[in-house]
Amino acid sequence: MAEILIRNGAVFDPSRGIDGDVMDVAIRDGQVVDSVGSNAKVIDASGKTVMAGGIDVHAHVAGPKVNAGRTMRPEDKLFKSASASGGYRMEMGFSIPSTFRTGYDYARMGYAFVMEAAMPPLHSPHVHEEIHDTPIIDEAALPVFGNNWFVMEYLKRGEIENVAAYTAWLLKASKGYGIKVVNPGGTEAWGWGLNCLTLDDSVPYFQITPKEIVSGLIQTNEYLGLPHSVHIHQNDLGNPGNYRTTIDTLRLAEGVTAKNRFGREQVLHSTHLQFHSYGGTGWGDFETKAREVVDYINRQKNITFDLGAVTLDETTTMTADGPFEHHLNGLNHLKWTNVDVELETAAGVVPYIYSPSIKVCGIQWAIGLELGLLCEDMDRCFITTDHPNAGPFTRYPRIYTWLMSQKARDATIESFKHSAKVVAATEIASIDRELSLYEIAQMTRSGPAKALGLMNLYGGLAPGQDGNVVVYDLDPANLPSDPAALEAAFQRASWFVKTGEIVVKDGEIMSHGNKRTLWVKTNVPENPQVKRDIHDTFIKDYTVGLQNYEVRDYLAPNPYVIEVDTEA
Amino acid sequence: MPTVTLKPIAEPELCLDCYAISPDAIAGLAESEIADLDVWEGKVKHRLGDFFAVSGNAGQTPDETHIVVDGDASRMKYIGYKMTGGLVTVKGSADMYVGGWMKGGKVHVMGNVDSFCGIQMEGGEILVDGRAQNHVGCAYRGDWRGMRGGTLRIRGDAGNDIGTFINGGTIIVEGNAFIHVSTHGEGGTVIVKGDVQGRVGGQMVKGDVYVLGEIQHMLPGFKKVETIEKEVDGGTYRLDHYVGDLGERHPTSKGQPVYGNLYVRAAT
Repeated sequence: MAEILIRNGAVFDPSRGIDGDVMDVAIRDGQVVDSVGSNAKVIDASGKTVMAGGIDVHAHVAGPKVNAGRTMRPEDKLFKSASASGGYRMEMGFSIPSTFRTGYDYARMGYAFVMEAAMPPLHSPHVHEEIHDTPIIDEAALPVFGNNWFVMEYLKRGEIENVAAYTAWLLKASKGYGIKVVNPGGTEAWGWGLNCLTLDDSVPYFQITPKEIVSGLIQTNEYLGLPHSVHIHQNDLGNPGNYRTTIDTLRLAEGVTAKNRFGREQVLHSTHLQFHSYGGTGWGDFETKAREVVDYINRQKNITFDLGAVTLDETTTMTADGPFEHHLNGLNHLKWTNVDVELETAAGVVPYIYSPSIKVCGIQWAIGLELGLLCEDMDRCFITTDHPNAGPFTRYPRIYTWLMSQKARDATIESFKHSAKVVAATEIASIDRELSLYEIAQMTRSGPAKALGLMNLYGGLAPGQDGNVVVYDLDPANLPSDPAALEAAFQRASWFVKTGEIVVKDGEIMSHGNKRTLWVKTNVPENPQVKRDIHDTFIKDYTVGLQNYEVRDYLAPNPYVIEVDTEA
Repeated sequence: MPTVTLKPIAEPELCLDCYAISPDAIAGLAESEIADLDVWEGKVKHRLGDFFAVSGNAGQTPDETHIVVDGDASRMKYIGYKMTGGLVTVKGSADMYVGGWMKGGKVHVMGNVDSFCGIQMEGGEILVDGRAQNHVGCAYRGDWRGMRGGTLRIRGDAGNDIGTFINGGTIIVEGNAFIHVSTHGEGGTVIVKGDVQGRVGGQMVKGDVYVLGEIQHMLPGFKKVETIEKEVDGGTYRLDHYVGDLGERHPTSKGQPVYGNLYVRAAT
């Protein structure tokens, strides 16, 4: 493979404490190296910003509910779909883009890795086919465990070793990456028309609480020593006053130490925290509780989180939290779909408009940014929109801009119809912090790489790491004062080299790259009981046979398998 | 008003997407520049001048521009697409999407139009002397935001799905209509002067529908409340007033639920 030298850029690599030093980055055979020969292709990055490829720790980009959203919303493509040209594919849609647009737009922003945040195990073959159909970016997917019948049965009896054996089997069968938990217990309760809104609500039939599910899965995760921690979408999402349940859930991590060989330090990743940091007793007195939540996280070092920041767009919400989507449909009366996935999970999809003329939307926007601006450890706080729930991932550059520029935030507040009410219910207007390029790199590179246990590949530019390098047309010594110019530079990178291949030049796609699918293969001691339970349950309760359940190798044709050996 | 005349000179093999036949697209352009504008036959790009002889220069703004399509355009789609002002006259028939997404100005088609005439229009006026096919003044597929303003008058008959998700504005069908009128309506007015087979006002939340002829099959979700005399589009009629669709959610105003209104010619 050709050698590439990215010369004289201002490099931001928080994994090695490099803060804008002017230096070269050399790439050979897809990896960063110390130096390359004189025949290397030279990219002049002088006066520009250089970072490692970005990492999205949580986005819904592949799978049945994404497709349900696409099918349900043809209007999402209207006037928003660029024609095909020059050997590249048509790019369709906005909030639920086609697979090709997904790959292209992430690459244009300089992203190298994206985590599909909720994979129903039964539909994992589809998830992997769709991942394979998404060009350029490396991806992995988190199967959902928080409402799984096996998990609840074993946890009810306190059988962590059995949960671990089942988890290891399911990760392998679904080619999954780690343990995702969505509305633990609540989605199962939805099968009875119920929900679990606090940690102590009992799940019908299983007689287990969300608290027991989360604690049990945290224990399981550390027993197995997986690269990522438990990744949780908490109970009571999106309701005023839910911050108490949020903090109660975060407390479940207290006293637990991360045990793994991947350099991960957290035992709980709390996702799209914006949706979980709400105060008030209803929408009338709805207010931010971002400070209460972040204050706790600032003190509690074994937790990471991502923002789930609202971008004020028309978007499509989709989650494995079926009851929440039904509730949301009751609020906005738009079209709605809900689906149950046998013994495993459920999902719902509802279009949603975060309108600047609605007070609640303005407050939600403020909460997402407050979480970032009040956080003291940027290596534990990651930028997401819970794509497409709080907004499409293509708005990440706008979120960087809001975080980096008080001027940009003030302009947005001014554009609100009820700006005074939004200011009164939030802290955003009184925060003058402006994040630096170094901090943005922590939130989108070094931090998420560490949280996912992927520091050997991503998040930095040390020799041996993947040759994922992005050049933004931004001079750190002279950043544009116009927020729109800052956003535009992040939206369309000058160059993006993905695993040693130039995939973007001046914001245009140059190659379909060399995407990989990452998954975790956990080797655990033979567990005859779990093996028998799986066998029996498939015969008794599943609509598919066990032999048709696993993701065949051909569905994930470019795998990068991370092996984890769990001692007996 | 400066007038640009487009005389059809060639028939496309597929339907032609004529986004360029709109005062907004040609305002400020001279004859030769107009002939160079893009039209699409599937994914193949052509010049407008390949299919039309262009004569005359456009006005400086859309409001000052009149386009005359001097002949049959029944294979030309998107005439008056997204226009905000000015005038378009089609001396023959036109294909689908006439006046789609238009905000202002006026389109007059002297022949018939195909489907999706006035789709999601927000303002202005469309007049069709002949018949219309389906989806008159409807929402784009999947969208819940239909016609929001303006006036759309069909002098002949129309097909199905008239004013789906209508939110504002007025649709007048002077002839008969087939089925599905004002389905999911959230406002606006639809007047059908002739008969409708059925499915009028299904899932309608708000807005008015007038059927001055007969509805062959009424939907069960409507309740008769009174018989009144009312003036509709210049004539006075004795009408049975129904409210509905009672199976749908309805907003409240001053403590009272707001219903969709359906007026049907009363039996004499």
